Amino acid sequence: MAVKDYIRERFFPHLWCPGCGHGIVMGAMIRAIEKLGIQKSDIVVVSGIGCSSRICGYLDFHTLHTLHGRALAFATGLKLSRPELTLLVPMGDGDAFAIGGNHLIHAARRNIDLTAIIMNNNIYGMTGGQSSPSTGYGDLATTAPYGNIDPSFDPVNLVLGAGASFVARTTTYHVTSMINILEKAITHKGFSVVEVLSQCPTYYGRKNRLATAVDMMNFYKNRTTPIGSKDKEKNPDLIERGIFIQEERPEYCAEYAKLIEKARSQ
Amino acid sequence: MKNNVLFLQGNEACVEGALYAGLDFFAGYPITPSTEIAELLSYRLPATGRKFIQMEDELSSMCAIVGASLTGKKVMTATSGPGFSLKQEAIGFAVMTETPCVIVNIQRGGPSTGLPTSGSQGDVMQARWGTHGEHAIIVLTASNNQDVFAMTVEAFNLSETFRTPVVLLFDEVVAHTREKLTMPEPGEINVVDRLHTSVPKGTDYHPYLPREDGRLPMSDFGGVHRYNVTGLAHDMWGFPSTNPTIVYDLMRHLVDKIQGHTKEITRIKEFFVEDAECLLISYGASARTALHVVENRRERGEKLGLLELQTLWPFPADVVKKRCASIDCVVVVEMNMGQILHEVKRVIHDGDKVFLANKIDGTFIAPTDILDILRIIQGKGA
Ligand code: SF4
Repeated sequence: MAVKDYIRERFFPHLWCPGCGHGIVMGAMIRAIEKLGIQKSDIVVVSGIGCSSRICGYLDFHTLHTLHGRALAFATGLKLSRPELTLLVPMGDGDAFAIGGNHLIHAARRNIDLTAIIMNNNIYGMTGGQSSPSTGYGDLATTAPYGNIDPSFDPVNLVLGAGASFVARTTTYHVTSMINILEKAITHKGFSVVEVLSQCPTYYGRKNRLATAVDMMNFYKNRTTPIGSKDKEKNPDLIERGIFIQEERPEYCAEYAKLIEKARSQ
Repeated sequence: MKNNVLFLQGNEACVEGALYAGLDFFAGYPITPSTEIAELLSYRLPATGRKFIQMEDELSSMCAIVGASLTGKKVMTATSGPGFSLKQEAIGFAVMTETPCVIVNIQRGGPSTGLPTSGSQGDVMQARWGTHGEHAIIVLTASNNQDVFAMTVEAFNLSETFRTPVVLLFDEVVAHTREKLTMPEPGEINVVDRLHTSVPKGTDYHPYLPREDGRLPMSDFGGVHRYNVTGLAHDMWGFPSTNPTIVYDLMRHLVDKIQGHTKEITRIKEFFVEDAECLLISYGASARTALHVVENRRERGEKLGLLELQTLWPFPADVVKKRCASIDCVVVVEMNMGQILHEVKRVIHDGDKVFLANKIDGTFIAPTDILDILRIIQGKGA
């Protein structure tokens, strides 16, 4: 199917700024699903609040646009009641790491079969450029006018520590690899986290001397490196991308099915 | 029928009612004094192939049931005071998205952590207005196990009929009182199932276009119709809109579908009201004490009656107004500082004849708390 068969054209034009990374992520999601051949009616997209979360409405799947930070909680209820459905949960960094941090670590702990796609642009875009838990030290934001002093989360280690069984990082510059990673994340039985570095030229970029989308994508190109590369040894500041973990572990809904058998036999 | 008589707590009666109504999915978080509901359902639901999940917090429990409801399941969560506060944002989401769900709040003393193991009726206004924004909601209560069961079934029925969250506003006293429950036979109480759309696959389904009767047939997530559900103001497709006409119609629909059906939603019980000169109005655990006083005084020939409210919201204004019209004095009996009192005063336009008998110290309201007020009203001194 063509990309346009997966979107709700009725609701275009979309609300993202020119150069925003989120459209690239949406395109990659569609291509991954197309490659996997999953039927549209078997897919549910659950999102929270923020620029990234608006992906939800544009996609021709079952779509649920929820509350700030709570997408994974809604998705958990939905998945547990219909385990045969494929659930994708697009989120932003404020959504996933700040207000929704609790749900993120607990979804990882349960290893419930959801795919969290976290578009990390290091800023709150929709509310106009405030600092987030992934804003870098010294970065400027509308609530960090003297430079941010809050240390940021390392999202990959955060979810690894919480028990996620599939963890990957990619960027909007590396689209082919993003599609590939998303395919694997969606196929993986268990909680999958894909962090996508996705540019917000409007707020993060403008405030931090990366005024255009091109500047920001060059930043992703030059400042990231495949996991375990030689470059990383030479330059430890490079951000690694690729799949950090992909491990078979008991999945929550499958465990629940066993629990039901046990309860029935007692 | 002897086998159908159980001896149990109010919380257990609520569980029995929920299962009778067809509960498929429960999400919750431990909190006193509602925890028994979660504990029991963790045992009962999986044994019949249904789902129970203990979530990481109160907020996620509320979110999880909304997610599950959209797949066509009957859902419930249970909590108490502080947990009810935490759930409010997601209750508003269920209001806005018209997602059927039942929320049990076993009231305890507040504000804040307050009195976790004491009865109270301090959340009447929170149940009505707890979530932000203009909206309507259905709130039911009960004073004994039989009615807890019946109102729990009603809560599911009304939630499906009106596509709205329904709050079961019980209290610690009722929740923890052990007494008899006669289990109704299957079919004895009507059970309303979800209204599904008859729009076939391939034909446009408008998830938020009300039928002529105001109802909105649903399509399950995972079914043939793919649509958007959002907490933003939305059009008939469920897509965000700021168009004033669309927003106005949505707001009116959300409120009118409930306020406009107050009569249909009203559940009350009346005791000795026909010839009453003085009327007690009460609900929940307080109504037990009120009934005791009424029965006792009737034996002495006093013309005292009781109107027990089981629907608190939408407030049954017409019933209260009609009942109070020929009454000399009205005493509202509740365990707060007059939350239903204000409603009664508001609707009968004769505030001077309305009095309050209440209790707010964590102890259960006693007959003397009501009798003292009656003596003052009758000019007999305190
Ligand atoms: S504010 Fe930033 S994140 Fe939001 S749409 Fe614009 S560029 Fe994208």
